Amino acid sequence: MRARWISVLRTPVGAGAGVLLLGVLLLAVLAPLLWSDQASAIDTEHLLEGSSAKHWLGTDNLGRDIFYRVLVASRTSILLALLATLIAVVAGLALGCASVLLGRRAGRLTTAVVNIAVAFPGLLLALFFAVVFGVGAKGAVLAIGFAGAPSFARLTQTLVAGVAERDFVAAARIAGVGRFRILLRHILPNIAEPLVVNATIGAGGTLLAFAGLSFLGLGVQPPAYDWGRLMGESLNGIYVHPAAALAPGVAVVIAGLAFNLFGEAVAKGFGVPAMVGPRLRDRPAETMPAETDDDEAVLVVKDLYVSFPGPITPVRGISFTIGKGEIVGVVGESGSGKSLTALAVAQLIEPPGQVRAAELSFLGAPLLGRLAVRSTAAARRRLLGTSFAMVFQDPMTSFNPTKRIGPQLAEGAREHQGLNRRQAMARAIDRLRAVRVPAAERRARQYPHEFSGGMRQRAMIGMGLMGTPALIVADEPTTALDVTVQRQVLRLLETIRTEDDVAVLLISHDITVVAQVCGRVLVMYAGRIVEDLPASELATGARHPYTRALLAAVPDLETPLDEPLAVIAGRPVDPALLPSGCAFAARCEFAEDRCRAEDPSLVSHGPDHQVACWNPQGTAAWQARYLGTESIRTGQR
Amino acid sequence: MSELRFEGVTVRFGTGGRALTAVDGVDLTIPSGQVVGLVGESGSGKSTLARAAVGLAEPSAGQILLDGVPLRQRAGQRRPLQMVFQDPYSSLDPRMTIGDSIAEAVPRSAQVNRRREVGRLLELVGLDAERAAAYPGALSGGQRQRVAIARALAGRPDVLIADEITSALDVSIQGTVLNLVRSLQRELQLSMLFISHNLAVVRYVSDLIAVMYLGRIVEVGPAHQVLSDPQHPYTKELLAAAPRRGTTSLPPSDPTVADAEPADPHHPPAGCHFHPRCPIGPLVRTDREHCLTIDPTTDADRRVHNTACHHAASALQTVSQ
Repeated sequence: MRARWISVLRTPVGAGAGVLLLGVLLLAVLAPLLWSDQASAIDTEHLLEGSSAKHWLGTDNLGRDIFYRVLVASRTSILLALLATLIAVVAGLALGCASVLLGRRAGRLTTAVVNIAVAFPGLLLALFFAVVFGVGAKGAVLAIGFAGAPSFARLTQTLVAGVAERDFVAAARIAGVGRFRILLRHILPNIAEPLVVNATIGAGGTLLAFAGLSFLGLGVQPPAYDWGRLMGESLNGIYVHPAAALAPGVAVVIAGLAFNLFGEAVAKGFGVPAMVGPRLRDRPAETMPAETDDDEAVLVVKDLYVSFPGPITPVRGISFTIGKGEIVGVVGESGSGKSLTALAVAQLIEPPGQVRAAELSFLGAPLLGRLAVRSTAAARRRLLGTSFAMVFQDPMTSFNPTKRIGPQLAEGAREHQGLNRRQAMARAIDRLRAVRVPAAERRARQYPHEFSGGMRQRAMIGMGLMGTPALIVADEPTTALDVTVQRQVLRLLETIRTEDDVAVLLISHDITVVAQVCGRVLVMYAGRIVEDLPASELATGARHPYTRALLAAVPDLETPLDEPLAVIAGRPVDPALLPSGCAFAARCEFAEDRCRAEDPSLVSHGPDHQVACWNPQGTAAWQARYLGTESIRTGQR
Repeated sequence: MSELRFEGVTVRFGTGGRALTAVDGVDLTIPSGQVVGLVGESGSGKSTLARAAVGLAEPSAGQILLDGVPLRQRAGQRRPLQMVFQDPYSSLDPRMTIGDSIAEAVPRSAQVNRRREVGRLLELVGLDAERAAAYPGALSGGQRQRVAIARALAGRPDVLIADEITSALDVSIQGTVLNLVRSLQRELQLSMLFISHNLAVVRYVSDLIAVMYLGRIVEVGPAHQVLSDPQHPYTKELLAAAPRRGTTSLPPSDPTVADAEPADPHHPPAGCHFHPRCPIGPLVRTDREHCLTIDPTTDADRRVHNTACHHAASALQTVSQ
């Protein structure tokens, strides 16, 4: 919190605006104390004079010094503007929070009132209120305050609605906390920041509005004076003594800018979390020419690194190959780097993220490095556009909600395959049928919200099938779906693989899903592959303690009911604080000194089986050491 | 130690053509000191039923009784029902220390030292009492869920409602939370409604299992019976889809109904809600047209597990066998 304020003041705009605002506020406090005598001193010998050495900005019709009057007027102007802002904020807050305090029906009524009030232009409201409350400073403050209230009320309502939906508010209600206390303790602290920022920006606008009302003679009345009135008084002589009329105008502009710029700087600082940390050096990836040792390879990944400024490296040198028609699963906990691997393969890592690899090639074409630059970006896009498909976790957000499903599928085909609209649409319907969306023709004309989650995920897979994909990367495709629907989507992926010989990279946190569908499983932990094994060996032949623990931790329908569930103690490592040894050592019950000191690399343990562990379990050496230790079987502590 | 009973509870959202009946005449009893596991897919009304119980949703019909007394009369005093939410990242106020969050839920009538009570509750859920000054941001997902459980227990509830409390957690953490819930429930003899979409998780903690589909309870019975002898085709489908140790292929499913779309809750099908997806219903067997028109929930209490299916075994038959 404090760090963010400091970071705001560190930006050039923030620092400049902060200094300016401080200056304006100091002036408002000090000017009347220091110079009110000079400002009210009547010099009858110099009436309505231009600027001179004695009176820098000239004098008014009573011979008073305009420079000092502008300085002294700062207090009245700013004080009244702040008062009006305060009224606007308080009235806006009261209206905006009414829905929390009053219950649903009365809340709806206040929302309607605010909606109507917001529809009127602010100045119109201000003039209306100024007439109602009467001419004078008090009337103007009330008028501008109440005129500004609706927009604040609207902002508050929106923010309150966002927070009131959250579960912690529901939890407080269940705990028996009263409405007023919920508002004070839970809602207001969570919406305070944007409100403060908007109030600061609003103060600048109020200042201007107030100067306007005073200028029109509806605001501050003589003998009191503010910037608006000084402007109004000097207006008649603007062609003779322009400085006298312009000076209060300049003062309004400066003060208004101070409030606005400061508010904007704070808003920027709080709205967008700034990426801190040294920038990564642009290191071109060293890419070897694709070795054509395996014609069947669809995707070759060698020594893939994904890093972000910090610097943190959530994916640390992973290598794997996916053959034609192969289905490979990647499992791991959140933060293990599995999704980043998928995104890196799909070329979807956005700067400041960086992808490095000794080799990253798709169908023999390099996707990274100098060789990739040589093949044009357009050709690469076409290759990815027609032969590569990606399915995301959340089917709710992966379609454009404003476009019908059919045209969204057709879009890629028109772009990459040169089909016309009719052909592309026919293909889209055909593909929807292929992914078994019932009544495909009708459904192609529907919008995404008319599809259920499972159907949307099918349509997403259908979109991938618009070309002739060689690889489908599915990142948690079934996590957001119900178990029964999950099975259907997985079966669909399996069917596509066998019928069209498409390779699939399936990313999942659920090891049972991966075991059911995949031929080969890569287990990831802290950005590394710790075990690479055939899925058929998963249940009995897993060697890495993490793989075993992961398997034991998932309850199934045969889990013994009289024992506690197996757990993996500790928490996943922070990618910023990687230990020097094996990343899993801190949570591993078999860890030794060597594990904590040296990081094991992935070594072969039999055909198609690689493990990165100093103490792979289930081997002859391991059995000799641990035979009879009961906890090993279940992975429990 | 209290019994919670739902009697014909219906919760409706919206009005007119866009109305949605999320919970449709649910009768369900949570016996004193027992755990009822509620399973069903998303949109089946599980969470709405829970929210109705704690007063976050207003039932439009029916009543909820605690030890035979309608709950609504007790509003304003100590809340006898407490709830733990699904997402521990949204259920704790990020601007409040976890100690304050828990202290807030300690009833004022309780004559206890709040600080000591917070410490006791934190230790009860396996967290250090010193952590009371920490903000939720400093805690992992599993630890946050422990805090959420401590807060629910602070209200000294008679009934605890757990709504998908492990589905936002990694598998490695899920186990610790489930172990904690189970041991606390046994220790404190809590009555509990445990909601989850994962049958394996529900099986692990529940004494009774209730299956919900499109706003209705379609089957309810002792956990081991429902799992070993499921009556409703939907329960069977859920069981078939649940993971089993060591499986290396997808469980089979009937292709005629596998691609059927889940029903639209705004326009639930007539008759049996499940008929458009049912593997033993009119889609597969043309002679079973009565499923299209006759609602099986009306005479559910005559069948085993109160199953809402015309083709489930009759309770009388089982007795005579």
